[in-house]
Amino acid sequence: KRQAISLLASQTSSAPETVVTPSQPEDDFQEELVIRPLHSGDIYASFQFRTVWDTDFMGGKKVSHYRLFPKSLGQVISKFSVRELHISFTQGYWRTMQWGQPFLPSPPGAELWVWFQDTVTDVDGTWKELTNVLSGIFCASLNFIDSTNTVQPSASFKPLGIGNVTDHRFLRYATLPREIVCTENLTPWKKLLPCGSKAGLAVLMKSEKLFHSSFHSQAVHIRPVCQDWQCKSTSWELRQTLNVVFDLHSSGQGKREWSLFKMFSRTLTEACPLASSSKIYIDVTDNPQQFELSPATPLLSQAVVLGDRRTYSVYDLTQQATFGSMRSLNMLLRWKSSDGDMMRPLLHGERYVAGYGLQTGEIHTLMYNHHPYRAFPVLLLDTVPWYLRLYIHTLTVTSKGKDNKPSYIHYQPSKDRVRPHLLEMLVQLPPNSVTEVTVQFERALLKWTEYTPDPNHGFYVGSSVVSALVPSVVAMDTNSTQERPLFSSFFPSKEESSYFVRIYTEPLLVNLPTPDFSMPYNVICLTCTVVAVGYGSLYNLLTRTFQVEEPSPGLAKRLANIIRKMRGVPPL
Amino acid sequence: RVTRKRSVDKAGQFFGSGHTNNWAVTCTSQFWFNYRHVANTLSVYRSVKRLGIPDSHIVLMLADDMACNHRNPKPATVFSHKNMELNVYGDDVEVDYRGYEVTVENFLRVLTGRLPPSTPRSKRLLSDDRSNILIYLTGHGGNGFLKFQDSEEISNVELADAFEQMWQKRRYNELLFIIDTCQGASMYERFYSPNLMALASSQVGEDSLSHQPDLAIGVHLMDRYTFYLLEFLEDIHPASTTNMNDLFKVCPKSQCVSTPGHRTDLFLRDPGSVLITDFFGSVRKVEITMETINLTSPVEQVEDKPVDGDLQRETHSYVDQLPVSEIIHQKPKQKDWHPPDGFILGLWTLILLVFFKTYGVKHLKHIF
Repeated sequence: KRQAISLLASQTSSAPETVVTPSQPEDDFQEELVIRPLHSGDIYASFQFRTVWDTDFMGGKKVSHYRLFPKSLGQVISKFSVRELHISFTQGYWRTMQWGQPFLPSPPGAELWVWFQDTVTDVDGTWKELTNVLSGIFCASLNFIDSTNTVQPSASFKPLGIGNVTDHRFLRYATLPREIVCTENLTPWKKLLPCGSKAGLAVLMKSEKLFHSSFHSQAVHIRPVCQDWQCKSTSWELRQTLNVVFDLHSSGQGKREWSLFKMFSRTLTEACPLASSSKIYIDVTDNPQQFELSPATPLLSQAVVLGDRRTYSVYDLTQQATFGSMRSLNMLLRWKSSDGDMMRPLLHGERYVAGYGLQTGEIHTLMYNHHPYRAFPVLLLDTVPWYLRLYIHTLTVTSKGKDNKPSYIHYQPSKDRVRPHLLEMLVQLPPNSVTEVTVQFERALLKWTEYTPDPNHGFYVGSSVVSALVPSVVAMDTNSTQERPLFSSFFPSKEESSYFVRIYTEPLLVNLPTPDFSMPYNVICLTCTVVAVGYGSLYNLLTRTFQVEEPSPGLAKRLANIIRKMRGVPPL
Repeated sequence: RVTRKRSVDKAGQFFGSGHTNNWAVTCTSQFWFNYRHVANTLSVYRSVKRLGIPDSHIVLMLADDMACNHRNPKPATVFSHKNMELNVYGDDVEVDYRGYEVTVENFLRVLTGRLPPSTPRSKRLLSDDRSNILIYLTGHGGNGFLKFQDSEEISNVELADAFEQMWQKRRYNELLFIIDTCQGASMYERFYSPNLMALASSQVGEDSLSHQPDLAIGVHLMDRYTFYLLEFLEDIHPASTTNMNDLFKVCPKSQCVSTPGHRTDLFLRDPGSVLITDFFGSVRKVEITMETINLTSPVEQVEDKPVDGDLQRETHSYVDQLPVSEIIHQKPKQKDWHPPDGFILGLWTLILLVFFKTYGVKHLKHIF
């Protein structure tokens, strides 16, 4: 039936006397919140806000009327010819082994990766301007992104939107592990939403509660998506996501009982009026043995996400009945027992620095494959700053004690003060094993003006990125057109037997040999003293003439001398 | 004649103050134990926002992050008083320069407007010759200097020269400079540009002291001068008529232990006639006119081009995220062949010339 209608539509449009109404391109806004209780007692809340707009930023006609899509981002897209933009700000590190896999992974600090259109001639110049503009929009120090921390991955970070061009010349990736996330980043992020923080799910975003958590990550993802199932034309999608993990002991007061009010200090009273769908999903796969959920809701939905089939209780905020007689919605989850295991995540990564002293060291990256019998390939991307000089001849990749040769290696050496090291490897991880990648490095001595004001804190090395297609136990949904909750439709899945996963390891903190910054002052003092005492005394000795001086005579002798002068006789 | 003088006076008052207000607030200290400097800056920021200056007209510089610092027992908050009544950080703060971006160079560039062209608007001081600017500095200071980030200083001479540059480039109408550091009065000694008024929390040779510590947070929360300044400003509302003379009386020696000082000799107007809201608020003078203005006819709506038949368009698809076979067979990028450099060419020409000169041209036929 759908096909018949579309044929009819195409017939009418090809008729010569077509009346085309200059209608406003359609835009659509959806919001959702997913709450997933974790086995450690913490609770994971993930907000997603999606605006889809059927307009063409790249076309000749300048877009001037914005409704749901924020104008600041639309202008950035058209001015800098951006095809895809992904920016995330994260505070904390995602603990995969305790919490499972996140819906949207992000590394600690700030991360920005951008695909430009193939019409851009000077990608580096456009990248520099883009980072400056984004630093103003998000109140972050993104202007510290320059050629010393930007890389051009050759195989990772393929575009997440639709398109045919994958020339990696138009891709830039940078990360700032030192970047702090606080309310000043959340404020402009909230202002990008159509309803702001006044209505809908965004009223829950109070910074005092959001930052009092183990993990906080906010991100903006812009990409072109299919307009409909035929995928003949594209529309622009903007996703704003906020992931937060509340700690059982610091903000939960140790009691395994969570409510919306306890997490966010707010309850919900209405959906965003501009949203076409506004839903809350609570993961109840372990219900009713594990915990009790109130108020109960009859709506249940199943979704396959991250290789697992989960059941969700759905609260539809666009229905008045959800809010009940009190006109406010506050869900309560109470644990009954703490049995049961979490499904072990199949892929996990770790990274640390080994060695001693301030001259050399070794970076170890470990990748764990917990699948009992399937091996799968992973792509490891490592960006190391230039002041850690890597010795690539010492690079070893071992699995289960044996050497594991990567099927693809791309290494771009660093240039002092110009670009960082880039190492990309495609490694096959054997089943149920640990793969260790080690490389030795030497620390460089920086010029004294290049040190930060607090150099004894150390220097950060950005997280490694591990991208993999992990085999899935449950058949993944490859149909990208039917109505799916937002959290399961971010990564496009092309095949049913595996799903795409991106893991970030810990960032490293290394100490570089730090000089004593008071030395210039000490040297000046010492030099001046030596010059004054040494040279001064020598000069005096060489150039001083000595005159013998008679001591002044006594009073009687002086009187006698006066009398003798008067007499004309020589004095005594 | 008397009436005319009064109306001229009134008109003088009407146009006496600038019509836009931009200002910069700076805190120059990092490390957790300098929590109070950030609290100082945020409390002044908060008062000014409350009195009407929008974020687009405020350049806020915080050298370190206290609110989301891991040592802060109450994240995303900065308190001014140990009873934790007032969270000066708030929910709506926008910091323009933070962390390592707060340097002497950036501060002077913001003041003088000499920023690189790619700097976003929120990081610029877009003032003109009708703007009243308020500059608030706090941190650690000494006789003639202010410490930035514990590693560099700005001297009073540099600051005075920066203000002179601003005057010559017509970047301010009137400027109020407040400084809360030890020996703060030394920073305004060297000013020489007109229309500057300055306030400091202590005289040369005196230290500015902090107000009170909080045992839960573990550090001193605010400095005395700014604490009483905040108390004074909390009573000001956009329509109040308090003038600068009241501001000079804030924090006398009995409360502050140091002697606050001020300098008004470069200011053209009498401080008694200058309202607090001229600098701290964003009160705009509005002139009502009875004329009607005809707006031009609205822009013609450009019609969308008729959509081509859907069947001609190509189908788009999502890109494979990890195309293993494609990656393995990805050939390394061939570097483009460039013709040899001029130097290399010249060198080879020289070598060949010398060879043939030495051994004679008859060998040429053996080569080619």
